[in-house]
Amino acid sequence: MNPSIHTIFAGGLVCPLDKNNVDTDQIIPKQFLTSVSRDGFAEALFYDWRYLADGSPNPEFVLNAPQYQGASILLSRANFGCGSSREHAPWALQQYGFQVIIAESFADIFYNNCANNGMLLIALSKGNIDSLFNRCNEGPQQWHIDLKNQEIRFGNNAALGFSIDADIKQRLLSGLDFIGSSEQLAPKISDFEHSRKSNLPWLG
Amino acid sequence: MSQTLYQKIYQSHVVGQLNASTDLLYVDRHLIHEVTSPQAFAGLKQANRPVRRPDLTYATMDHNVSTQRRSMDAAGETSRKQLEALAENCDEHRIPLLDLTHPDQGIVHVIGPELGLTQPGMIIVCGDSHTSTHGAFGALSFGIGTSEVEHVLATQTLPQQAAKTLNIVIDGELSAHVTPKDIIMAVIGQLGTAGGNGYVAEFSGSAIRGMSMEGRMTLCNMSIEMGAKAGLIAPDDTTIAYLKDKPHAPSAEHWDAAVAYWRSLHSDADASFDKTVQIDASRIKPQVSWGTSPEQVIAVDQPIPAANDFTESSKQDAARRAYEYMGVQAGQKLTDLTVDVVFIGSCTNSRIEDLRAAAKVVQGKQVASGVRALIVPGSGQVKRQAEAEGLADIFKTAGFEWREPGCSMCLGMNDDRVDSGQRCASTSNRNFEGRQGRGSRTHLVSPSMAAAAAIAGRFVDITTGEWA
Repeated sequence: MNPSIHTIFAGGLVCPLDKNNVDTDQIIPKQFLTSVSRDGFAEALFYDWRYLADGSPNPEFVLNAPQYQGASILLSRANFGCGSSREHAPWALQQYGFQVIIAESFADIFYNNCANNGMLLIALSKGNIDSLFNRCNEGPQQWHIDLKNQEIRFGNNAALGFSIDADIKQRLLSGLDFIGSSEQLAPKISDFEHSRKSNLPWLG
Repeated sequence: MSQTLYQKIYQSHVVGQLNASTDLLYVDRHLIHEVTSPQAFAGLKQANRPVRRPDLTYATMDHNVSTQRRSMDAAGETSRKQLEALAENCDEHRIPLLDLTHPDQGIVHVIGPELGLTQPGMIIVCGDSHTSTHGAFGALSFGIGTSEVEHVLATQTLPQQAAKTLNIVIDGELSAHVTPKDIIMAVIGQLGTAGGNGYVAEFSGSAIRGMSMEGRMTLCNMSIEMGAKAGLIAPDDTTIAYLKDKPHAPSAEHWDAAVAYWRSLHSDADASFDKTVQIDASRIKPQVSWGTSPEQVIAVDQPIPAANDFTESSKQDAARRAYEYMGVQAGQKLTDLTVDVVFIGSCTNSRIEDLRAAAKVVQGKQVASGVRALIVPGSGQVKRQAEAEGLADIFKTAGFEWREPGCSMCLGMNDDRVDSGQRCASTSNRNFEGRQGRGSRTHLVSPSMAAAAAIAGRFVDITTGEWA
């Protein structure tokens, strides 16, 4: 698993992307999917929003604003990551520098893909998301994310709790090997294959 | 205890428990393609892990391939490398591959069912979100990311948590010219693109029972567009008749036992779902998406909605952004919109029945001048069948381009793209910004609606006038 995992929860600068249904085609357009590598996707992130047709940065896109350079927490709205199963989407977000995404909800496949890359996704109610965007409207925000205690801290002792699946939390905190954990059940996999072969022999 | 179909399939695949909330499930079929697998194979190599069950893994080339020539060189330099990587990985791990020279090559979600690889009761995964298609056979099928592809290659299993259950009951007779594509688009319009998040959706009701396998695949294909983890339809006589004699269907020796098992795969009469939605199919008209999300969809005879028609401010904002991107206005009639490109293809609508429906509209007519129209069959089998039935000639005579199988203009990973500002009537599944090319304007429609748009050069209501 990603070695940066234990550093992601210290906190950082927040970039507000005020949109619903941010889809994977926006997160990383198709022309960047022909790579056979896991690396090199940072420049591709939000490409069609981030760059104008002539290749120059789009000054109106929030990621290009000077005050959000170096952001590591992305704030967005409902159904973030909808669309395709391309893991290039979390790779691009992570390689750009985002370690935490906070939104009203996430598409299922995207959520799993992020967890498998050691990224923390926090889903909050619409009211809470509204209040976080309001904070961002007051000026650039530095937040601390405490996964262990499940809190977003804003300074001045203000904090907002969040819930997270216990299994995902454990995996993020311990950096468990995704495949290695399942391989511990290898004898059970073999048992399953034996009974499958005798009960449903046409399955091979 | 009574169970839903999803719960039955889930429980029958539990290998063991990883922790209190997560089960390890066995995977019966793993379908792979060139785009989402190379990093998974690289990961295996790095950890020195073999592929556990190459015999349950099947590969095809579809996303990047040229639909003009059957050559890996025709796909462009980086795509060629990706296709070559797939061929090398399959060769090394002895995974069957339908490459560009294979007569049955095609879109992964078209060839799986066609070859009988997709069967009721299975768990099927693929690094592609439209894996939901295979749910049409009563197989629990869903898209996965590349880390999960690697996990399945290594262990033939996947960690999963039980999803919530959604029953979408679709009763009533479909009106003339209304297709399963129109039904699923209307359902997405009603539930929204996040309406199915966290759920596995089972489709039931009289309209489903009367539907062909091709239609059921279209329906399940787009269940991901409402965020559902999977779509499911219980197998019945239609399913069994479709599978009979398919190359990878159960052999004669096992056929009766397999059929008996498949017939047990249905939700119990008293099973309870977390949510149930009733849809009256007879009220659905041909649908056209007007915006940049599949939920921004209306019947062809409705005006484009005003932002104020939506109660949520987020949907109002999305509508305003969509007007600008799509070059449309609130109140505008869809039938006033001219089209530049027509694309009939994709894992949603590239099967023989789709091409028959399109050909019926096209026969004896010509593509409007200035319209570029493509037909991209979903597989080698579909292509040969369409040629044998004379459909290809109808399309070519009318001025359509008749292409080789692939994903093509659905996502424009190859060179089949829609130019910036161009409007496309497309039988695909996503109308996201830039999906078919930067600045492209996609309107999702059924094959017959797309065919009619090609002939008229604009959207038409095929239930009225000369089209009816």
